[in-house]
Amino acid sequence: MSDLLARVSEHFGDRLIETLQGVDMPSLRLRPEALLDVVAWLVEDGFGFLTDLAGVDYLKFPKAQPSRFAVVYHLYDMASGRRVRVTCPVGDDLKVPSLTGRWQGADWLEREAWDQYGILFEGHPNLKRILNHHEFVGHPLRKDYPIRARQPLSENDALVDEMALRLRARGYVLPEVERDLLAGIRGSDHGVEAAPGAPSHGSRGGSPVAVAARPVGQGRLPEGADLHAELMFVNLGPSHPASHGTLRTFVALDGETIVAAVAEIGYLHRGFEKSTESQTYNACVPYTDRLNYCSAMLNNFAFCKAVEKALGLTITPRTKAIRVIIGELSRIIDHLVCIGTNLVDLGALTNFWYFFNVREKVYTIFDKLTGARLTNSYGRVGGLARDFYDGCGADILVVLTEIEAAVAEVETLVKRNRIFLERVQDICVVPAAMALSYGWTGPNLRATGVDYDLRKAEPYDGYETYDFETVTGTVGDTYDRIFVRFGEIGQSARIIRQALSRLPEGPVMVEAKGVSLPSKDDTYNNIEGLMNHFKLVFEGVKVPAGEVYDASEGANGELGFYIVSDGSGRPYRNRCRPPSFMSFAAFPDMIEGHMVADAIASLGSINIIAGELDR
Amino acid sequence: MGVESAFGDSWITTTIDSVLNWGREHSLMPMPFGTACCAIEFMGLVSSEYDISRFGAEIVRFSPRQSDLLMVMGTISYKQAPILKRVYDQMAEPKWVLSMGVCASSGGFYDNYCTVQGIDDLIPVDIYVGGCPPRPEGLIEAILKLQEQRIARQSVLTQPEDAA
Repeated sequence: MSDLLARVSEHFGDRLIETLQGVDMPSLRLRPEALLDVVAWLVEDGFGFLTDLAGVDYLKFPKAQPSRFAVVYHLYDMASGRRVRVTCPVGDDLKVPSLTGRWQGADWLEREAWDQYGILFEGHPNLKRILNHHEFVGHPLRKDYPIRARQPLSENDALVDEMALRLRARGYVLPEVERDLLAGIRGSDHGVEAAPGAPSHGSRGGSPVAVAARPVGQGRLPEGADLHAELMFVNLGPSHPASHGTLRTFVALDGETIVAAVAEIGYLHRGFEKSTESQTYNACVPYTDRLNYCSAMLNNFAFCKAVEKALGLTITPRTKAIRVIIGELSRIIDHLVCIGTNLVDLGALTNFWYFFNVREKVYTIFDKLTGARLTNSYGRVGGLARDFYDGCGADILVVLTEIEAAVAEVETLVKRNRIFLERVQDICVVPAAMALSYGWTGPNLRATGVDYDLRKAEPYDGYETYDFETVTGTVGDTYDRIFVRFGEIGQSARIIRQALSRLPEGPVMVEAKGVSLPSKDDTYNNIEGLMNHFKLVFEGVKVPAGEVYDASEGANGELGFYIVSDGSGRPYRNRCRPPSFMSFAAFPDMIEGHMVADAIASLGSINIIAGELDR
Repeated sequence: MGVESAFGDSWITTTIDSVLNWGREHSLMPMPFGTACCAIEFMGLVSSEYDISRFGAEIVRFSPRQSDLLMVMGTISYKQAPILKRVYDQMAEPKWVLSMGVCASSGGFYDNYCTVQGIDDLIPVDIYVGGCPPRPEGLIEAILKLQEQRIARQSVLTQPEDAA
């Protein structure tokens, strides 16, 4: 791997500040003006996938840094499985070139870095806030922003600026007057002005069609008016049964067809990254439960694995096997909820009950194992909270049979059902190239035919020793996304059976001073044990200074954590790379040209979990 | 089968309040304002295992205008707050609010820049359910308590705001 660093330094010389081999991947720090060239070179070299983009504020970092802010890019080479980290220090003008021209997924990621850190991305089409509301002042993830400085919102963004951009891209002209009218839908003129730094936009391609925008329900069309000359603007969500309460899609409709769509997120932004910065690593685990709360323990394990990588810890064989078993069981119940609610969105309610019945049975096992049904906090840095209870394996085997029966039943109900097939086949197709550009991973990417699964690409917890297949689709439509999940349930069951059949004996926690708590006997009976316990609980597990990115295959795709440690027991920066965020960024492009009902069906199929999306 | 089968050819007397409240108690129409993890537990509550319909509250309505029990389930951020307020305002009287889980009740462990520290900053709450998330049993108890302590004590003679 240092071969890459050698080649890149040879090519760019002093345009790079430094190169180093991190514990996780080669890492290079460059000058902002070299960013576009270096990225172009890396893409040429095979790093065609933008895994993550995150800001960091080094204001309170103990070791002096070249600049206060930095933008960190994680690139991935899907063909050979190489990763590279590119760190771009941000100068006093806070400007960094935008990568939106290269990856569509960079759009939202850069908006997030602007929102949270105030980093300006030059060339970004519409750099505006994404997680925080539009009346928010300041940038909350900066180290000098007080965590409890709350800012109420008086009225939600009308999203007119973004809608105007998208309509223009579709060849529509939205005259000023109509834009004001549009803003009047919500009785507000917020958001009409373009965001600071955003360039002005001309209409792109084709001859522009002048279209009058009319607020919903305002008067009748004049006699002889062309029905298709008027657009209707409708908010789908955030309070809408199919939008899970927290997703808002603002659409321009021509009849029932969506002409242009704008997605707004952040309704469930609850400060995961800022809050965890003040918690010890083990105390971050409950926060990770609430990322993708449909499969809480997968997040626990992903986070613990990232911290373990930074610590250089190897966990015990039994811990690995239990993480596989419980992780796969979590994946199954996540997919059950996704498919079940997706079918409800299509009008098929019965399947939801069938799936929820077996999900309840899994909850019963989780409840016995961890003490909680949904938010389990079962992972610990270096191991697990506790071992299996007696008979847990047998319980799991019984529930697997029941899950398979329920899946078979639902599959029989839908697989040859013509109404279902016509609602999902060739609807909202996402081709592989588009999915990769948006940074899709997980079942959604596999539905497009790309065989990328971290359990195969970068096996961890012994996944390389299990016999299973990745399930891929062919077209990338709603149908594929649903049936990839159906297939994965079967594969996960296969993995669990293999893991249970050869579950090793032994401890479920590493024996490492400074990571694992001393035995209760030591804690209560000798002062050294007591001190050790006290320090571990209050100061946390000390992670060596440095940075690490580590990813696991979550239920929705690559769930990564980028942790910057200052050597203390709390993460200096805890960035979560959420798969749902990338999936939902593509949603407007996915649904434009389709009917409203199809948009709802495809929203269910990409399984957006708001806790993970907004963090 | 009519009421005659129980009472025969005789009279019964009651009050308007008792009749109205009896009806309201057992035909709650919840508006599930689910934003986060708690909403998944609500799915458990409406499913076969716990079956909220045993307590007369299973007709879930996603339109605030058709519902009388607002169930706030999940974290409310400042971005979400105006929407919650608007949904509450759209509901017709009499209406009740159930705050499910610690996030809705107090902000929970999200004591930070984006989270509302309890929805009672925005709208009046009738009953709080603790837990993160609460178990379905807790939610059932809350609905029973709400029926018994709030709805059953409504009176046509008092304005809704006096009733509390």
